[in-house]
Parts: sequence; C-alpha cells; structure tokens
Amino acid sequence: MKLDPAIRDQVLATVPSLRAFAISLCGNIDRADDLVQETLLRALAHIDSFEPGTNMPAWLFTILRNLFRSEYRKRRREVEDAEGRYAETLKSHPEQTGRVEFEEFRAALAKLPADQREALILVGASGFSYDDAAAICGCAVGTIKSRVNRARTRLADLLAIDSVDDFGPDRATRAVLAGGGRN
Amino acid sequence: MGERGKKDDAMKHRKTNLEPVAEKPETQDPMARPAPTTPHKEARLGREVQARIGQQLRAMYNDVVNQGVPQHLADLVRRLSDQDQD
Repeated sequence: MKLDPAIRDQVLATVPSLRAFAISLCGNIDRADDLVQETLLRALAHIDSFEPGTNMPAWLFTILRNLFRSEYRKRRREVEDAEGRYAETLKSHPEQTGRVEFEEFRAALAKLPADQREALILVGASGFSYDDAAAICGCAVGTIKSRVNRARTRLADLLAIDSVDDFGPDRATRAVLAGGGRN
Repeated sequence: MGERGKKDDAMKHRKTNLEPVAEKPETQDPMARPAPTTPHKEARLGREVQARIGQQLRAMYNDVVNQGVPQHLADLVRRLSDQDQD
C-alpha cells in the first residue's frame, strides 16, 4: 500500500521549517540537510506510528531533535565547535535588516546554551505552543517557559550592551573583527 | 500544492508566543511597594529589545523556510512515499 498523498504532503510541507530548525541545532547547513534527510527516512519508515490528525510538524521535529541529540552525544566536541560557525552559517539575510545588526544577533544567539536556543526557536520562530515545544524536547512545560525566558533575557543583555554605541563607527569595526577573528 | 496552507497553519501562533511569560512581579504582597527603581525608560527599552529579538529570530528562521524544499529532499519523500509500505 502506498503512502496517503495527504500525509506525504504534510511531510513535504514541514520540510522548510524542519531545515530551519536543523540549522539552528547544527550550525552547519550541510549537516542540517543530512539531519533532515535522516529524519525523513526515519519518519517515513515508521509512518504507521504517526496518528493521522495529530500534529505532523511536532512529530517530525521530535524525531529530528532525538536524532540530533543521539548524534550530539557522539560528537560533542565537534558540535561545541560549531558554535562559532553558527554565526557564519546563514550569510544571506533579509534586506530590511541591517547586516551588522543581523550578524550581531546571530553571534548573540550562538552564545546561548543549546537548550535555551532550541526552546527559543521552537516557540519564537517555529511557532509551536509551549505544550508542543515541551513534548518535542521531552520536558515539562515550565522548563520550556523558563528556558525561553532565560534565552530572551540573555539575548537582551548581549544586544543591550551593544546599543550603547549603536551609532559609533566602532560598532561596524567590532562586527568585522568578531566575524573574522574566531579561531 | 496544499503545502503552503499547511505551513502557514503551523506558524499561525508565532505572533503571540513571544509574549513575556513569567515576568510578572514575584511578590503580590500589598505591603510591598512597587519597586520605584525601574525607570520607564528602561522598561520601554526592554520591550523594544524583546520585540527586536522576536523580529530578528523570525527573519533568520524564515530566511531558511523561504528556501522551500530542496529538490533532493522532495525527491526522497516522493520516492519513499511511492514504495510499498510494509
């Protein structure tokens, strides 16, 4: 029996946000696409365990996160190493946002602990409810809320420091140094 | 082609999810005076920073989302969907 086309379309429709989430976890676009591919293979092999009518994005995000976590344990050093590269990963950026500001934001995001970054992205960017985010991460809703809050506070601190000389020439210089000097 | 609708659907909560959650004052004790040490300016700056964080986060994320489904992943899903399921 072939897969229900409606289910297949739900899977396909989730791929773009799955990639965005994967990149935020891996900090590397090639590894992210490998992770998405592995997630899709795993998901379609076990599609019977998906209950039609339930949340397809949440199901796929859970699989992807679990795959990433098991890989993370194997390659801990490498992933930690990826933090610096995370800011470098997505060089294209929306035109409406200043480039320096955008790079600065990415650098700040890369400084967050993985748990906090993940929670913030699931809730603040992927648009999951706190309940769904908690299910995806396998933790309590209160844990997700506190991770999101800590992430926002930390980001605000990191970005507020820079707003002191928001218009100074030093800002651009520093961004260039921060971007090029990671070794 | 039902993809776009589903995607939008999955993201419809994004506007509201970044509302501050646990930022109410810890103490509801009526004897405790509201902290006079929080100047309005700082509070407003905090909100502006938070709004900017939400905006930047979504911009960065949507940058990838808007790339759509890479061909090799679309092919993979179609190929696996056409196989007989066990």
